[in-house]
Amino acid sequence: MWIDILKAFLALGIMGLIFGGALSIAGNVFHVKEDERKGKILAVLPGANCGGCGYAGCANYADAVVAGEAPCNKCPVAKAEGAETIASIMGAEAEEVRPMVAHIRCSGSHDIANKKYTYYGMNDCLAASRLLGGYMTCQYGCLGFGNCVKKCPQDAISIQNGVAMVDRDNCVGCGICLDACPKGVIEIIPKDSTVLVSCSNKDPGARTRVACNAGCIGCKICEKNCPEGAIRVEGNVSIIDYTKCTACGICTEKCPRHLLEFSK
Amino acid sequence: METLSFGTILAFAVNAILIENVVLSQFMGCCPFFGVSKKSDTALGMGMAVTFIMGLASIVTYGVYQWVLIPLDLEYLETIAFILVIAALVQLVELALKKLIPALYNALGIYLPLITTNCAVLGVCLTSVQEGYNFLSSFLYSVFTALGFTLAIWIFSLIRTRIEETCDIPRAFQGFPISLIAAALLSFGFMGFNGLSF
Repeated sequence: MWIDILKAFLALGIMGLIFGGALSIAGNVFHVKEDERKGKILAVLPGANCGGCGYAGCANYADAVVAGEAPCNKCPVAKAEGAETIASIMGAEAEEVRPMVAHIRCSGSHDIANKKYTYYGMNDCLAASRLLGGYMTCQYGCLGFGNCVKKCPQDAISIQNGVAMVDRDNCVGCGICLDACPKGVIEIIPKDSTVLVSCSNKDPGARTRVACNAGCIGCKICEKNCPEGAIRVEGNVSIIDYTKCTACGICTEKCPRHLLEFSK
Repeated sequence: METLSFGTILAFAVNAILIENVVLSQFMGCCPFFGVSKKSDTALGMGMAVTFIMGLASIVTYGVYQWVLIPLDLEYLETIAFILVIAALVQLVELALKKLIPALYNALGIYLPLITTNCAVLGVCLTSVQEGYNFLSSFLYSVFTALGFTLAIWIFSLIRTRIEETCDIPRAFQGFPISLIAAALLSFGFMGFNGLSF
């Protein structure tokens, strides 16, 4: 009986050894040379294959970075340090990628913006926006139920007094929150930008004034005063071209509504 | 099956592909059957990968059984030995394909490693050993069975795309539940082949 057990043990063990050996030899013989940067990038990435970057897995994202199709800062888990490491692996030209953050184009908190009606429905921005475009008089603004907060993989968004706020230290600019917002008030801007327009209201000035004390009335004073031509007013709301903006701060002084924030 | 005439091969093929269809009559390999049948392209890719691996596995397991297990009186170890052989074989094929035929490797993609745990491959190898097939007929049996798998998964993928595109499915049945029901109906259809006998 012991002989039988030993025989079975040895037969399977030897077979396993042979196959293992054959596989390791085959691994060397059939070794495919891959771009060594891919391995380095994979080491930086978390390897959880969460899909937060928009690719199927970490390996696919690494492939795309090596091929130059994806920016270095797409991984929401590796954060800024990871993005820098990946950028240094990819070489100097990739280092010029500006880190991005989300910005809420609305500052109509409860004490500033007026309401159409009192909303008693579900705690959900999409549900609220289906009722006459939301309970705020301004139909463009943040509804403050935090669909973006729920979607944010970095916990970088919070609701403060009815308006979403982005924590720039935690935000990685992945853009997942953009799809969560039924009002589309979130935009992705360079992380180092200091001049911000926090309003999306496209109504004419008179209607905007009624709706909200923090609304852009489209007066074009900022557009006229900007020495770099970086601001334009489109659809009654000013839009900043961050490739031209030098953060001189003139627009923030000239704005009659004191809307253009100048944050350091 | 000492002499293989065209007639016996044909009977063998009809038997393995239609009458004893590996998925719809024997219920083996259900995981990839449901997992990769959303599009007919990927379903065909999976079918091809299974055919390729089943053919190879039948050759290798036949050798292992005849020249290792029988001489050592270890026939009762066939299951665990075959699992070992198939897993190693799939790994080896994956490595070799990546180097030698990258186009085929990319086409098979994720399906190759999935087959490692496909019970249909193991089931076919075990069946052909238990039926006492010789080398050629066990190889043919495996290939025909794999073609039966390909046929089933391909038909099923077409049904699923049609369900997705044209049917108004009640919410509770959307997705996986309606697929299970469709698979059951398809299986009934294949039961009709039981009337064929050779």
